Amino acid sequence: MNVGPVRTLAVWCADWPAVATGRPPQVPVAVVRANRVRAVSPAARAEGVQVGQRRREAQSRCPLLEIHEFDEQRDARAFETVLAALEDVAPRLEVTAPGRCAVPTRGPSRYHGGDRALAGLVLGRVRAALGAPAGTDRVEGGGSLADLRCRVGVAVADGPRAAALLAHDARDRVGPVVVPPGLTAVALAPLPVGRLVQVGPVRPGTGRGEDLPDVLGRLGLRTLGHLAALEPADVLARFGAEGLDVHRLASGREDRPPRVTDPPADLTVELGLDPPADRVDRAAFAAKALADEFHDRLASRGLACTRVLVVAETEVGDRIERLWRHEGGLSAAAVAQRMRWQLEGWLGSGRATARCRGGVCRLELVPDEVVGDTGRQLGFWGGSSEAGERAVRALARVQTLAGADAVRVPEWRGGRAPAERYRLVPLDSVDLAGRAEPGPEPWPGALPVPSPALVWPAPRPAGLLDEAGRQVVVGGRGLASAPPARCSLDGAAWVEVRSWAGPWCTDERWWDPLGHRRRARLQLVLADGTAHLLTLESGRWWWEAAYD
Amino acid sequence: MLRRLVDSVRPVTAAHERTLPVLAALEPLLPAGGLVRGSSVRVADGPGAMSLALALLAGPTRAGSWAACVGLPALGWAAAAEAGVALERVAAVEPGAGSWSAVTAALLDAFDVVLCGPACRPTATDLRRLSARARERGSVLVGVDAGRRGAGGRGDGTAGWPADVRLGTDAAVWHGVGSGHGHLRRRRLTVVATGRGHLARPRRVALWLPDAEGRPGPAADHRIDHEVDHGRHPVDGVGVASVVRLPTRTSG
Repeated sequence: MNVGPVRTLAVWCADWPAVATGRPPQVPVAVVRANRVRAVSPAARAEGVQVGQRRREAQSRCPLLEIHEFDEQRDARAFETVLAALEDVAPRLEVTAPGRCAVPTRGPSRYHGGDRALAGLVLGRVRAALGAPAGTDRVEGGGSLADLRCRVGVAVADGPRAAALLAHDARDRVGPVVVPPGLTAVALAPLPVGRLVQVGPVRPGTGRGEDLPDVLGRLGLRTLGHLAALEPADVLARFGAEGLDVHRLASGREDRPPRVTDPPADLTVELGLDPPADRVDRAAFAAKALADEFHDRLASRGLACTRVLVVAETEVGDRIERLWRHEGGLSAAAVAQRMRWQLEGWLGSGRATARCRGGVCRLELVPDEVVGDTGRQLGFWGGSSEAGERAVRALARVQTLAGADAVRVPEWRGGRAPAERYRLVPLDSVDLAGRAEPGPEPWPGALPVPSPALVWPAPRPAGLLDEAGRQVVVGGRGLASAPPARCSLDGAAWVEVRSWAGPWCTDERWWDPLGHRRRARLQLVLADGTAHLLTLESGRWWWEAAYD
Repeated sequence: MLRRLVDSVRPVTAAHERTLPVLAALEPLLPAGGLVRGSSVRVADGPGAMSLALALLAGPTRAGSWAACVGLPALGWAAAAEAGVALERVAAVEPGAGSWSAVTAALLDAFDVVLCGPACRPTATDLRRLSARARERGSVLVGVDAGRRGAGGRGDGTAGWPADVRLGTDAAVWHGVGSGHGHLRRRRLTVVATGRGHLARPRRVALWLPDAEGRPGPAADHRIDHEVDHGRHPVDGVGVASVVRLPTRTSG
């Protein structure tokens, strides 16, 4: 075993979720999750849209902004084209997340003639895969790099996380960054400590060490060089294991003390598929069961897997494999999700073309790097209670009976209309441990509490007349033309209106000719005592929801 | 002495294990003060049926139970969250017409509460099998007859369900809305529970469903004929203080 840090090449595609939407770079695109911007395209950034903004704030900066929902599956599928281009450059390519991958350079560098040659080759391949013109070599003054669909950074350094940090920093450069062995600490020194949230265990959302960079900054340790200059013992005493880990990274040493043994062979799980699976959902379902078994075996030994090799064999003898890394340890759901992304890339789903012939006849999961489970493992649905695991298993069974998309879970999105506040998302596309929570933001113009208990999936036609038998309309000043007197819901008989409130007018996205919606809502209580929500749009009344 | 103490304590713990907790407002309705595991409940069509079903879900999901909603495409999730349902422990399933029964059976294995909407049209055999499954697994099967017009449901929905507890709603009155002012604030209704055994004599409970915060709450018994609405107009923020004259109720 080697004892020093592993020399690693890291690739970082900036704002990958925005790139994965497939829109040209001239179009301002923002990818949002739970009402917060997660990634933006270069055109949107030029308009002042930034990661972390609220959707509304982003739209006010850039009225023509295209909003896409965050979809990790789409990101992973799109990243498969990049990985395919790198596969024959270097073996043991490992994917950290969609948009980021790494490869140990020892063998490939020798083959291709040094780290610099390898890094140049990788950068060229990635840019070609992303549709850059050949021979791109200028960047200054809005040159040809500005036309790229994606800014790509490539760096070679000691240790995968140091390389990832430098690759992130190199995404606006023309060429790759290659740090000579032993000088990684010097290269990392000028980087601000805030960058640490991008890599390593200090990850947003896991809740551990998230505030560490902030604390360091307030103590006056603004760069990684400041941090590396401290004594390791002092850092450990003040910040604990998380702090020591970050200190190691900043001083250019291995992520963790080198392993002395390989993972035991009996942790490997495999599954034969007979008949071979030629559809993604069948293979993905088998993968889910396999991931559960894999996770159970690890858990029984008190281990967590930080790097897993996923192998698939097809009936004609093709064998494809991919390494996935996750610093926090991969939960069973995360492994299953990664297997699904990968199978989608290989078997072809939707527009993607199939990369392997025949169906998948064997799946295998090999733990490549295991660590003691320090309790970082995230449980199902926010807590690994027995009932939760039973529920997830039952849902997996239901997916075989009713189809994968029949099972959905509610996720908070935010909005004004009752149907917009929560959205149902397919079970497979959501990480149950990390679901969006309702934010504190106010929604001006939102309907007041209580919300209607029945919201029709599609609004149903309605009619609303005043005393004289004319249709009630809402004028430009937001007032009803006359008090509504009779109402007909979905073609039913006319019923007298007993009392009413409103109208609440919303004028959403008035700057956007396609997304512009002008609506007025009324609450009605009918003579039979039932209450309903009616919407006026383009001169027609719709029955949107019932206060059942 | 000790034996007597043990005897007096035992049934209480057993009942606690055999029931799922519900919101305090609903406790007087149910014979054991909660949803008895293995039983079935039917919420009959009427004003507030969906709100009542969501209120039933709130207690168990908050206490850590998992709930599944089958065939309820029109469920208002925002209302569910306001009613106190822990949405992180809820899944929604929309099975095809043929697979409804098998899906519900699979869900009863693991979920403590399974809510079935009017889109599910079971046969008598299905129902017997599902009730038996619920009894065996200790889960609660809830049939809801709400939103039938929305779900395009025909036939008699869940009317034929052999439920241990039937919940009906009556005398629903919305408060807070006038003619052109105010907004829907809360609704007072009476829930009637009927069934076998303890429920041979129907229980009636007056509830705010929902109350001004969107949650179910107990309603005091005195009549409320007028309510002053100090609410602000929710869109333009102009304060409107007006007396909302509500229609006089016909029945208590």
